[in-house]
Amino acid sequence: MKRDWLPLALIVALALGALPLVASLPTWVTLTVAGLAMGMMIFMMASGLTLVFGLMDVMNFAHGVFISVGAYAAASVLIAMKAEVQAPSLAANLTAIGPAVLAAIALAGALGWFFERVVIRPVYGDHLRQILVTMGGLIVVEQLIIVLWGPDLIPLPRPAALSGAFIFGDAAIERYRVLAVAVGLVLFGAMWLVLNRTKIGMLVRAGVENTEMVESLGYRIRRLFVGVFVAGSGLAGLGGVMWAMYQESLSAQMGMQVMVLIFIVVIIGGLGSVGGCFAGALLVGLTANYTGFLAPKLALGSNILLMVLVLLWRPRGLYPVGR
Amino acid sequence: MAEPMLRLSGVHTHIGQYHILQGVDFDVARGGLTMLLGRNGAGKTTCLRTIMGLWRASKGNVRLDGHDVTRLATPELARGGVAYVPENMGIFAGLTVRENMLLAARGGPPEAARLAWIFRLFPALEQFWNGLAGNLSGGQKQMLAIARAIVEPRKLLLVDEPTKGLAPAIIGNMIEAFRELKRTDTTILVVEQNFHFAKSLGDTVAVMDSGRIVHTGDMGALVADAPLQAKLLGLSLEAQP
Repeated sequence: MKRDWLPLALIVALALGALPLVASLPTWVTLTVAGLAMGMMIFMMASGLTLVFGLMDVMNFAHGVFISVGAYAAASVLIAMKAEVQAPSLAANLTAIGPAVLAAIALAGALGWFFERVVIRPVYGDHLRQILVTMGGLIVVEQLIIVLWGPDLIPLPRPAALSGAFIFGDAAIERYRVLAVAVGLVLFGAMWLVLNRTKIGMLVRAGVENTEMVESLGYRIRRLFVGVFVAGSGLAGLGGVMWAMYQESLSAQMGMQVMVLIFIVVIIGGLGSVGGCFAGALLVGLTANYTGFLAPKLALGSNILLMVLVLLWRPRGLYPVGR
Repeated sequence: MAEPMLRLSGVHTHIGQYHILQGVDFDVARGGLTMLLGRNGAGKTTCLRTIMGLWRASKGNVRLDGHDVTRLATPELARGGVAYVPENMGIFAGLTVRENMLLAARGGPPEAARLAWIFRLFPALEQFWNGLAGNLSGGQKQMLAIARAIVEPRKLLLVDEPTKGLAPAIIGNMIEAFRELKRTDTTILVVEQNFHFAKSLGDTVAVMDSGRIVHTGDMGALVADAPLQAKLLGLSLEAQP
C-alpha cells in the first residue's frame, strides 16, 4: 500500500527550517521538544474529537469540558495524595499519578456516555442544533465544575520526579515534556494498532467513510457511536490531566481555552483522520513554539495562518478521509 | 405455489415532503433474477432502499422469506441474509480490498473455497487484495462491491445499477459474473437502466413508473414485444448496446 509521507516530511521541514532562524542549536532543541510535547498533548485531546466528527458527523462543541472534567478529577486525586506526589521517588509518584489518570479517563468517559445519550442522540443529523445543545451542555458542566471545585485557579504542582530538566550540553529539556512525548507516541501507536489491526478499528474507519454501508453490512452503528464517543471523551480526560500538569494549574475554562487549537488540528488533519490529527497536532505545537520565540506578537495568529496554508495545499486536510 | 423470496404489498415511501413510492406491489421469485426497470426518477432506487430499511415504508409491507420485515432496521435485515450493493457501490475507499471483504464476512474470515470462487469471478480482486479500494478503477470497484455482497451465501441480493458508468467490455465481464451467480440459486433483484444487460440476465421483470409498478412478467416476453418495450421503457433504453 502506498503511503503518503508528505505531511510527515512537512513536520521535519518545519523543524529544520526553524533551525537557522533560531540560530542556536540548544535553544532549537529546547523549542523543538517543547513543540513536540505540546503537539502530543493536543493530539491526546483532539484524537477523540476527530473520530466523533468523522464517524458520527457530530459537531461537539462541548468536547472541551471533558478536558476540564478529566483535569479536575485527576487534580482531586493528586491533591488527596499529596505525600506521594511530593515524594522524591518516581515509584511513589506513580502510585498517585496512576489512580489520577484512571479517575480522569473514567469520569470524562462517563460524562461522554451521558452526553451521547441525553444531549447528542436527539440531534443526530442536525448540525445547528448540535452546536446549540453542545454549547449549552458546555456551559452547564463548566458551572457545575465551579460549584463543586470553586471558581479560582487551582495550582497543580508536578510530581517531584517529573519536575526539573535533563541537561544535554547547553540544551535543557524538561522531564515532563519528554514524558508527554512518550505518552503521545504510545497513545498514537495504540490507536494505530486498534484502528488498523482489529475488526473494531476497521469498522470505525469504514464508518467514518460511510455509516449507511456499515449498517447495510449488518453492523449496528449506534453501538459503535457510543463506544467511540466514550473513548474520545476518555482520551480528552487524559489530555486534560497532561495539559493541567503542563500548565501547573487548572480552571473550569481550561478545556474551552484549548479548543481553538483542537479545532485547528482536527480541520488541518482531515475530519475523522487519526493520522492527520497526529501530524496536524505536531505542526501546531511546533509552529506555536517557534513563533512564540521568534515573533511573539505573531504567536496568536500563527496557527490560523498554518491552517490557511495547509487548506490551500490540501483543502480536505493533510490525510483526507473519503465520504 | 411456493412463497416468493420477497413480496412488496402496497408499499408507500415518503422522503421529506415527497411521496416517492405510491403503492408498490411485486414479487421476487425464489432462486431467480428479477430486473427492476424504469425511467430515471421512477422510484427504483427508493424501492431498493425501502426494502433494505434505509428509508422507512410509510404504508404497506415487505415480506422476506415469508416474514414481515417492514419495520426491521437495516443491520437486522443484513443479518437476516439480505445483501445490498448501492448505486454508488459503497466501497470503503480508505480500506484495502481485503479489509472490505473481511468486514462483509460477519461470520469470521471468508472461507477459502468461497474466496477462490470469487477470485475466479473477479480476478482483479486477488491482484489488488492488499491495495486500497479507493485506488481501484470504476469497474474493479463495482466488482468489489458485488464480491463483498456474496462473500457469504445470502438469501437475497439487491443490486442497484451495476453497469452504471462501466465500459462495454467490463459490462460483458459483469454479465458473465451474474450468470455464474445465478447458477448458485441466489435470489437476485437488480435495478438497471441498461436493457441489453437486463435482457441478458433477467428471468422476470418488473417495470416502475412514477412510483408504481406498471408491468410484471417474464423477461423473455418483454424482450419479444418491441412495442411494449417502447411503451414501458422508451426507445433510448433499447438503443443501448
